[in-house]
Amino acid sequence: MGVPRFWREIPNRYNLIGTKCKNCNKVFFPPRYICPNCRRVGKLEPYKLKGRGKIYSYTITYVPSNGFEDQVPYVLAIVELEDGPKITTQVTDCDPNDIKIGDEVEIVFRRMGEEGEEGVIYYGYKARKI
Amino acid sequence: MDVGIVGYGVYIPRYRLKIEDIAKVWGADAGRVKQGLLVEEKSVPGPDEDTVTIAVEAARNAMRHARINPQDIGAIYVGSESHPYAVKPTATMVAEAIGATPNLTAADYEFACKAGTAGIQTCMGMVEAGMIKYGMAIGADTAQGAPGDPLEYTAAAGGAAFIIGKNGGETIAAIEGTCSYTTDTPDFWRRDMQPYPRHGGRFTGKPAYFKHVLSAAAALLQQLQLRPQDYSYVVFHQPNGKFPLQAAKELGFSTEQVMPGLLVTKIGNTYSASTLLGLAAILDQAKPGERILAVSYGSGAGSDAISLLVRDAIEEKRNSPKVLDYVNKKIIIDYSTYAKFRRLLVK
Ligand SMILES: [Zn+2]
Repeated sequence: MGVPRFWREIPNRYNLIGTKCKNCNKVFFPPRYICPNCRRVGKLEPYKLKGRGKIYSYTITYVPSNGFEDQVPYVLAIVELEDGPKITTQVTDCDPNDIKIGDEVEIVFRRMGEEGEEGVIYYGYKARKI
Repeated sequence: MDVGIVGYGVYIPRYRLKIEDIAKVWGADAGRVKQGLLVEEKSVPGPDEDTVTIAVEAARNAMRHARINPQDIGAIYVGSESHPYAVKPTATMVAEAIGATPNLTAADYEFACKAGTAGIQTCMGMVEAGMIKYGMAIGADTAQGAPGDPLEYTAAAGGAAFIIGKNGGETIAAIEGTCSYTTDTPDFWRRDMQPYPRHGGRFTGKPAYFKHVLSAAAALLQQLQLRPQDYSYVVFHQPNGKFPLQAAKELGFSTEQVMPGLLVTKIGNTYSASTLLGLAAILDQAKPGERILAVSYGSGAGSDAISLLVRDAIEEKRNSPKVLDYVNKKIIIDYSTYAKFRRLLVK
């Protein structure tokens, strides 16, 4: 990912800061800076998402990405947040067989990865069943 | 002293490892180990958890509990002996994750298991001096004992965050006073770049834990002209279940005063979080007018004793997740899963 990109995205990754259109009230995450509904009359402002939602869809991963070898099998889900946006995220602290569509989840703060033993540690959000 | 606790929050990972499982691996008698330590299970951090993630979750719970503007936090101190970076403060990531940046001071503390209470004392002084409106002190750890070392039975993970402010309508407990007792005592240490601590075996009891805990507590009681009977609860650092019960007895406190804050039996020794999690469990059930004595212990060695008087606002702020909610919500894992989570396996 690279340190500069991670650093730029810290507000989104740590605190789920997206944007909200003051004209149509739609919430965007990751943040958009032009409202696709309202175009020029749209007024986008930073907006902190509430961090609760439901599992909209999910998959169980057996063949891990780099750095996730010790976590297989793990669950990747599309979570529909209470504020509207859908995010793709790992579901942590769970037995993969125990996950269902519609399960309520909370957003938690977790390690997302690291640049090897000596590099920077990336933190961000994951979902966890309530 | 006109400062107190405005809010607090805790976090304990969900995974638990049973003492039986550890004893089986090393050929020890599980019954004797459990009886000797008064510990049944210990908390284990998940593979994506560390002191930073635990401190952030506890800090966020404390912010929800205190209901204050994060921009009013003027200082954050995170006490731990398992900061994931040797250089780059855990406190910076916590500050960012609760929205307290950029106008604040922040630093990490290290004093074995008592760095969290040292953070509380720093915040008390800064609030009292008028330097900051609110200060946040956190104790969080993901403790490791070397495989096969007696410490492995108890080294656990957890965190607790306390927000300190001037006494007022929002204060849930006033801090009446604090006393510390510190000496150079080599009972337990970890050298730079070493993964596991070393300790002095039996030497950790009398000249270390008991001498410091009892001296700090006695000095504070003397200073405040209070007796054990004046307290509803007492909480000590909990390296095992026996030490705090014996410390209470020697000071003249009853077992009933200790039990509400005694968590080590179910979650193990959470190091910098140990005393603070116990204090939080007591605050979860305490009523206005009740008095609490909290005494931490950090190897090396030192103790901080803090006396608190619970205030009315505690009843209006019962919204936070309780310590017992975290203690009871658990996933039992076996030793091999633990070894994988804690990266003990050589690949
Ligand atoms: Zn719009």
